[in-house]
Amino acid sequence: MSISDKVLKNDEKAIFKLRELYSKYGYSRYKVSKFEEYDLYAGNKSFLISENILTFTDTDGKLMALKPDVTLSIIKNLGDSAKGTHKLYYNENVYRTSAASDGFREIMQTGLECIGELDIYAVCEVIMLARKSLGVISENNILDISHMGFLMGLMENVGIEGKDADFLLDCIGHKNIPAIKAFCAERGVSESDTEDMCAVTALYAPLSEALASIRDIVKGEKMRAAYDELCAVASLIENFGETESIRLDFSTVNDMNYYNGIIFKGFVNGIPDGILSGGRYDSLMQKMGKHTGAIGFAVYLDLLDRLETGKSRYDVDTVLLYDDESDIRLVAELADKLRSEGKTVRTEYKSTKVRYGELVSVTKEGVKTLEAND
Amino acid sequence: MKQMINIALPKGRLGEKAYRVFEEAGYECPSIKEENRKLIFANEEKGIRYFWVKPSDVVIYVERGAADIGIAGKDIILEYSPDIYELADLGMGKCRMAVACKKDFCDDRDRTLRVATKFPNIAKRYYASQSREIDIIKLNGSIEIAPILGLSDVIVDIVETGKTLYENDLEPRETIVDISARLISNKASYKFKNAEISQMCEKIAELVKAL
Repeated sequence: MSISDKVLKNDEKAIFKLRELYSKYGYSRYKVSKFEEYDLYAGNKSFLISENILTFTDTDGKLMALKPDVTLSIIKNLGDSAKGTHKLYYNENVYRTSAASDGFREIMQTGLECIGELDIYAVCEVIMLARKSLGVISENNILDISHMGFLMGLMENVGIEGKDADFLLDCIGHKNIPAIKAFCAERGVSESDTEDMCAVTALYAPLSEALASIRDIVKGEKMRAAYDELCAVASLIENFGETESIRLDFSTVNDMNYYNGIIFKGFVNGIPDGILSGGRYDSLMQKMGKHTGAIGFAVYLDLLDRLETGKSRYDVDTVLLYDDESDIRLVAELADKLRSEGKTVRTEYKSTKVRYGELVSVTKEGVKTLEAND
Repeated sequence: MKQMINIALPKGRLGEKAYRVFEEAGYECPSIKEENRKLIFANEEKGIRYFWVKPSDVVIYVERGAADIGIAGKDIILEYSPDIYELADLGMGKCRMAVACKKDFCDDRDRTLRVATKFPNIAKRYYASQSREIDIIKLNGSIEIAPILGLSDVIVDIVETGKTLYENDLEPRETIVDISARLISNKASYKFKNAEISQMCEKIAELVKAL
């Protein structure tokens, strides 16, 4: 069955194309129920995009929640089998508040998770799928890559931890270099270390080029390991022929308690927010008692509303007007003929209120075009 | 085709001063100086478009991508915590966010402190960091009058010289944070118009340094 582009909205089109993409890579669809026990979220609130959760009491008195997130449910349900890898994707409605609106909203979300023993190829595959997911939505897209291990190493090297690290991470996330300088001066961080930190914050360039430019500031085991992983990813990605639109940007940050490795965020031109977000969340797995690696991402399809649709100015291509004296068979025949030509046709009795491209009347005298807009 | 950069400027003295920096950096737009009621001014040749908005709205325009770049006070950024890039400190519009009260006010930690302010989020965060229970009174202007009339014990507000405070028998007690104007950018714009925005930031940061 082929469906005309005209009738599908941006998000609907994206859903089908993304499903096709993920299936091609052998990911299987994972369906979860709408409700989940509230307890699952209570302990991991800061993993969620918004901490507000829509709850209700089930008939047995249990506190339940309408899913604000799918990843936690998937992790919970997967057994702790160390063998093999789970490659899954989902397409679910989730319920959460967004910064833009005060109330709860139903949000269509698609995502992908790769859980199990992960090697560099598996990580790269997920990054490439993120890149391709963006391509499905718009050709003009950018995927920013960052590494939580690198940032944690950077801060550990100068002895910044705890609340100070959260503050600094926030400054890096806002590319707020004046604040970083002030903070480092206050904490007695050496000038060269401060400069390194500012260089990392300001960095924004294609992956390989950016990595080459920070080679000299890599220090310590943690930072070195992260840097090597990024380099390995960069060289694999180059083999895939994708370089220009994948950038290194350490201002892509996320919660250190959940994310520990490569993280990424995707943008498409025309949407002011990141539309795709993901990364390696082994730390979350540990927290939930699963001893294996995991990487995944989510695509926020609700944001696609903002994208230009190229939607027609008209509700229908043709309106067919008829009255009591018209030959009804002729109306039906003509309508079917136009539809088979790919037009949308609406039949109306005597008058119409919709916006049309063409207005045709069928009277006892015959068929007459009353109005044709371009 | 050159990509247009949209810049949201805060109405008022700060915005005018900030525009002069942009002008000096080579992003002039002569039509902005004409006396009329236009709201948007463009210089197609330079690929730049300015518009004036209410100072507290600048962060909203930038966060939602209607403006790529904006000039906003640190007070507004702290109050709304928008998801944006804070690219430079313009070093202008300097003042501080402070707690002020009547000269004879004696704080009693035994009582809930009544705080009148235009910046409820900043006030809440500040007192939460001190584990202090407060009663927030959100006002939209003439904050100084609140302690005088007994509406609140203290106010959290911007203090520039402190003149208004002293003339009303008030005094600043604690500084919460220093404030100045910042150059902010929408995160997605920063990616898609990176060359233009980075170049602009560099030029402006250089000029500001020399000020």
